[in-house]
Amino acid sequence: MQNDNLVEIEDAVFGYGARPVLKGINLTAKRGQVVAIMGSSGCGKTTLLRMIGGQIKPGQGTVRVAGESLGELDRAGLYRLRRKMGMLFQFGALFTDISVFDNVAFQLREHTDLPEDAIRDLVLMKLNAVGLRGAARLMPSELSGGMARRVALARAIALEPMLVMYDEPFAGLDPISLGVTGNLIRRLTDTLGLTSLVVTHDVQESLKIVDYVYFVSEGVIVAEGTADDIRASELPYVHQFVHGESDGPVPFHYPAPRYADDLRLGGLSV
Amino acid sequence: MFKQAIENLGNRTIQGVWRMGFAVRFFVAILLHSGTAFRRFGLTIREMYFTGVLSLIIILVSGLFVGMVLGLQGYETLQRYGSESALGTLVALSLVRELGPVLAGLLFASRAGSAITAEIGLMKATEQLSAMEMMAVDPIARVVAPRFWAGVVSMPLLAALFSALGIFGGYLVGVKLIGVDEGSFWSQMQGAVDFEQDILNGVIKSVVFGIAITAIALFEGYDAPPTAEGVSGATTRTVVTSSLAVLALDFVLTAFMFRGLN
Repeated sequence: MQNDNLVEIEDAVFGYGARPVLKGINLTAKRGQVVAIMGSSGCGKTTLLRMIGGQIKPGQGTVRVAGESLGELDRAGLYRLRRKMGMLFQFGALFTDISVFDNVAFQLREHTDLPEDAIRDLVLMKLNAVGLRGAARLMPSELSGGMARRVALARAIALEPMLVMYDEPFAGLDPISLGVTGNLIRRLTDTLGLTSLVVTHDVQESLKIVDYVYFVSEGVIVAEGTADDIRASELPYVHQFVHGESDGPVPFHYPAPRYADDLRLGGLSV
Repeated sequence: MFKQAIENLGNRTIQGVWRMGFAVRFFVAILLHSGTAFRRFGLTIREMYFTGVLSLIIILVSGLFVGMVLGLQGYETLQRYGSESALGTLVALSLVRELGPVLAGLLFASRAGSAITAEIGLMKATEQLSAMEMMAVDPIARVVAPRFWAGVVSMPLLAALFSALGIFGGYLVGVKLIGVDEGSFWSQMQGAVDFEQDILNGVIKSVVFGIAITAIALFEGYDAPPTAEGVSGATTRTVVTSSLAVLALDFVLTAFMFRGLN
């Protein structure tokens, strides 16, 4: 029987050198859902995504995708699994020396023996799904940031993956591109029957489209729930994050010596 | 203070050894993943265009001028001993044995090596290599190996063209400008230049230089910190390290190749 959860992370621990980044993460993503991983910059969201993609391995704990434990897979096994995954990088990561069309066709040419006519049709269908069929012959340098991300999305779904991961898909987009990208993530998830994992700190846009949210802070999950749960949450961290308050559990000031000491004001208190 | 200095020294040594180990592993990985570069030779041909064909202008023009200078300087020295008819021999041997491979190598390191490092470094900084890995495409096989073999093939061809244009430059100055006898210029050259000792050894040198320059350029790009400063530093290191490598290897190879002569 097929497991309902496409992604399962149990007690994952990871650090860069002596600096711990993830300190025991538990997370699941059900098939067919849009799951958001939120948290402030540097809290370990992207590291978590890289772990799910098998680019890094947890120091402790397990990461399973489609029932396969990534830690136990060899390189060939990992590459086999990655063919069923798509990833949208923060700024698209399009190959700058080839056209939009060739970017989307890249995986089809690398992993299939399809004739060029079939590849052409598939590429145009994917580009049409993101509204950029007319931009097929453009070079990546001719695209706006929002368009580049949509092309990267078309590339990510070229092989019809079961899981698509988005790293900050809303960062730096204008309001129109923001809405377009959010709707695309939801629509593609529903129509293609895939699972979407969205790493973001754009609360308002992502709460419109997600089924479930995990909040990460200092390497642990501090809150989780549906979009409505998150909006109604009274947890101080979630409240500060959702309402964009400048001070709270996440302090405004970076840890520093006493202000008066830094200003050399002796016994005066500032 | 002293303890800090020892710690820094130890730290740098460990980093150096680690980097050296990474470089060796990287080179082995290129060789192990070279299948794609040959199976899909179009990828390698495309890179040969960027590394070889686009380096042609600088190589040809430099070769011509170096040959012309050799013609002038050689004539000036040889005519003191009444041996100006040996000008063709001097120009050809200088170019084929030494100047062709070495100068073409230095120019190749500056033109193509720096471009390779910058390209790979920027691909890393803009996450194109990570994207490729996430698409289950090995960047070593798809990006690095074709560039490596393109460099290895291009370098001896460029060195040969450098030498050919250099000889032509020497001919222009020596024969056409100064008036050295054309027959003796070519016939002495033909008699003195040995295919195995001179030409083949020159080709071997340029192949070795091609391997060294391209491997250094690819490694520096792949290992570059993903920042603007990191890529610019890596590009500079490529030019400096590969130029020094060319000169050092030239000495070693020359010592082995010509030790039995005379």
